[in-house]
Amino acid sequence: MHLSPLDATLALAAAWLAIGLCGLVAPASIRLASRVLFPAGALVGLALAAVALSAMFDPPAVRILPLGLPDLPFHARLDSLSAFFLLILGAVAAAVSVFACGYFRRGEGTPPGLQGLYYHAFLASMALVLVADDAYFFMVGWESMALSSFFLVTSDHRHAEIRRAGYLYLLLAHLGAIAILMCFGALQSGSGNYTFQAMREMAPSAGWATTAFMLALIGFGAKAGIVPLHAWLPEAHPAAPSPVSALMSAVMLKTAVYGMLRVTFDLIGFPIWWWGVVALAAGLVSALFGAIYAAVQTDMKRLLAYSSIENLGLIVAGFGLTILFRGFGMNALAALSLTATLYHCLNHAFFKSLLFLATGSVLHATRERSLGRLGGLIHSMPWVAWTALIGTVAIAGLPPLNGFASEWLLLQAFLFSPTLPHSYLNMLVPIAAASIALTAALSGYVMVKFYGVVFLGQPREAKLADAHDAGPWERVGLLLLAAACVVLGLVPATVIGMLDPITRALAGHGIASLAHGWVFLAPIDPQRASYSPLLIFVLTALLVALAWFTVRAFYHGRVRRTGPWDCGFPRLDARMQDTAEGFGQPVRHVFEPFFRVEQSVPTPFDARPRYREVVEDRLWSWLYLPLARGVDRLTFLVTVLQRGRISVYLMYSFGTLLLLLFLVQ
Amino acid sequence: MIDLAGIAAQFAEVVLAVLLAPLLTGWVNQCRAWLQNKSAPGLLQPYRTLNKLFQKEVVLAHNASPLFRIAPYLIFGSLALAAAIVPTLDTGLPLNQAADAIALVGMLALARLFIALAGMDVGTAFGSLGARREMMVGFLAEPALLMVLFTASLISGSTSLSTIVETLAHKEFVIYPSMAFAGVAFTMVSLAENARIPVDNPATHLELTMIHEAMVLEYSGRHLAMIEWAASLKLFVYSCMGLAVFFPFGVAQGGDWLGIVLALPALLVKLALGGAALALIETLSAKLRIFRAPEFLGTAFVFAVLAMLVHVLLEA
Repeated sequence: MHLSPLDATLALAAAWLAIGLCGLVAPASIRLASRVLFPAGALVGLALAAVALSAMFDPPAVRILPLGLPDLPFHARLDSLSAFFLLILGAVAAAVSVFACGYFRRGEGTPPGLQGLYYHAFLASMALVLVADDAYFFMVGWESMALSSFFLVTSDHRHAEIRRAGYLYLLLAHLGAIAILMCFGALQSGSGNYTFQAMREMAPSAGWATTAFMLALIGFGAKAGIVPLHAWLPEAHPAAPSPVSALMSAVMLKTAVYGMLRVTFDLIGFPIWWWGVVALAAGLVSALFGAIYAAVQTDMKRLLAYSSIENLGLIVAGFGLTILFRGFGMNALAALSLTATLYHCLNHAFFKSLLFLATGSVLHATRERSLGRLGGLIHSMPWVAWTALIGTVAIAGLPPLNGFASEWLLLQAFLFSPTLPHSYLNMLVPIAAASIALTAALSGYVMVKFYGVVFLGQPREAKLADAHDAGPWERVGLLLLAAACVVLGLVPATVIGMLDPITRALAGHGIASLAHGWVFLAPIDPQRASYSPLLIFVLTALLVALAWFTVRAFYHGRVRRTGPWDCGFPRLDARMQDTAEGFGQPVRHVFEPFFRVEQSVPTPFDARPRYREVVEDRLWSWLYLPLARGVDRLTFLVTVLQRGRISVYLMYSFGTLLLLLFLVQ
Repeated sequence: MIDLAGIAAQFAEVVLAVLLAPLLTGWVNQCRAWLQNKSAPGLLQPYRTLNKLFQKEVVLAHNASPLFRIAPYLIFGSLALAAAIVPTLDTGLPLNQAADAIALVGMLALARLFIALAGMDVGTAFGSLGARREMMVGFLAEPALLMVLFTASLISGSTSLSTIVETLAHKEFVIYPSMAFAGVAFTMVSLAENARIPVDNPATHLELTMIHEAMVLEYSGRHLAMIEWAASLKLFVYSCMGLAVFFPFGVAQGGDWLGIVLALPALLVKLALGGAALALIETLSAKLRIFRAPEFLGTAFVFAVLAMLVHVLLEA
């Protein structure tokens, strides 16, 4: 029997659900979860990645499911865009599930079997979101994704701050979902037909299209953590168990990008150029905001969460640039910037999940999340440290790893934008390119801080010296993701070839035909720009080896071990190293106006000096708290109506009835 | 199709860059000593220092990790590759296809990441202080450098450094106002990136102000030699980058050997003049307080953005 990729995808999603339900057999059994559930989930993920890869170049497949509401069956569709995001989901889920086999332990909040149920339901709902082809199915998948991840975020629900984080997450997820629902409402243009096929065929007026786009940007932006809808992200990511943070950051945020692309380029189909300016501005602001805030964080998972805001900002900026080019009919350049956007989605999925898993291993070994109590782990946890180093170089956007390849493409796309037929827009280019360059440089700063404070230096606490390294399952998960970061970085031309069907479908143009062999990446024209990470990698490795052997051959390899020198200072201890606050100080100093800083510094005569410094997001006091107070006040007004006496409520019904009768007449 | 002559020329260029780099450092030191009315060390002093360091044994802190030991080679390797990317003698070299201006900035950033991580590895107060300051300089200087190179790329319609050199050297002589802004920005960035006055001082170990020296305090023997050599290479790369973008005259085009032979004296003269100018700037300016360094670099960044704006507004 021949199984089409779409059927296979649906079957695999069902398999994930079934695996999750198996967890209910013995919810407290750690053996069941780590020996059966997660390995099986990993295999399903691998199969899904293989299916998605094979479906990349197929024409779109459609299927009507025997599920759904009466007369409103669910529609499913698998095209190259869905297949690409399914590939991210499958591949990342496989590696993260392998890691999770060794991760969940006894006595950490929710029992492991239930954890497995939520986890696999989360994976399955993400797969359904990506194949949904009507608004009902999409919203069902979307909401199950939000709910299952809510339960995962609050798995350690005994802590009040984790419950608070979960609440905030659920709140913003629902605000986003409402916006998405209204967006679909605007797209069906009064026809009452909510299948995506009908929306594709319908040509809404410019006004309705703009409304739909703005609602989509808000709704999906809330999921992607675009400023100012980012507040849940730095709270929810640290609260969740590390494999879940990895999945949320690597895949769930990408479903938001998928939604934006689907609505803008597929359902609406004719983007108007100025939408691009809005998306570009929102993306750039988020990217800079994320990078600046990541630099001052003291909790390693919060730091990575802010870095996710930064990367999603870059992705949304690329999305905006694509709209801009597409709106002016410059399809080749739209294809270039869309390629950069999708490539960055892929890269971010791998390096961010790698780093989140590494923090998971560190957290398990040390029970510390605060950067101020870590340090020196490269000695006790070499596996985690060296794989995390690959992730660090990749996320800092350095050649020859994958983060650089997509940033290179994005910068190339920006350098072409002076050809836009609009003089004011051309002035935007230097500003946009400058903020992307600044963001990239800041992410280097952030990652040196992250890696240096966690893995290098002296252990800041005595217990760190005997922290155990990651177990075999965890090592395999980390190694898989690190290998993906290296491979994706070294063969960008192949990756671009893979993205070709998507750019052809969405931007009406492909750039892979211009590729200059598989070694060189030359997206437009080799005369304009070309880049070959493989050559750079091989030659740098050669030069390093050559330098090493030459030094050994001409001189010697003698080493003597002794205490550190430190300018002759004899009483060095671990507290003299920079803390996380100290390392972030220059950024706090340079970008002072962006932060709300509370500082208390002791007087020189204080016998027990305590330094305290809290750096907060200004948007809390400027936006969220006033909003919350406003809602509070409104609900208070509602209590005026709420008398608690049945006669009063009957009066209300009677009055409403009279009013309606009056109106109907 | 493998271009053997091109590969040979490329190899010769890397070797030449690696061997010449300490000479440039020696020349700058000599000029600075003359300008400051001191008796100068010999031109070959940096080579003697390197030789001395290579012969000494490495004294390593107990808790230095393997990363600390491989970092000097990694830094040296990435900077040597950066030197290979910049078209110093010829624009037709094979590596110019493999890496463009953005990749060049990437390689410099890679070297910086490793030197900062190595600085934090032993866990001394000075090491992490130096790493933090180096990254502070880096996150402001790197985008400024990128913007300078973007301005040149917009003028020549390519981010490939060879094409930039060919375009700028061959167009009829036009003074681009944008390049004036870019030149100021580039000078400021190179001073900061090469640990020169007014941002850092390569000649002292004064704790309050040092950046580069603080990071490498724990290094000794051959590791220190590699780091010092890499620092010379970095100065060489920045000088050649500046010459390639702002004075691209005399660089051979198309890989003929005669052109390369003629380009060598041109390069040496340009480097000698550039080194003397650097020494003059260092002598005339005073060291900034470290808190003022972000302002200095912020100014450079603004100049670089202005350069691009000016290009878009006036020249496009």
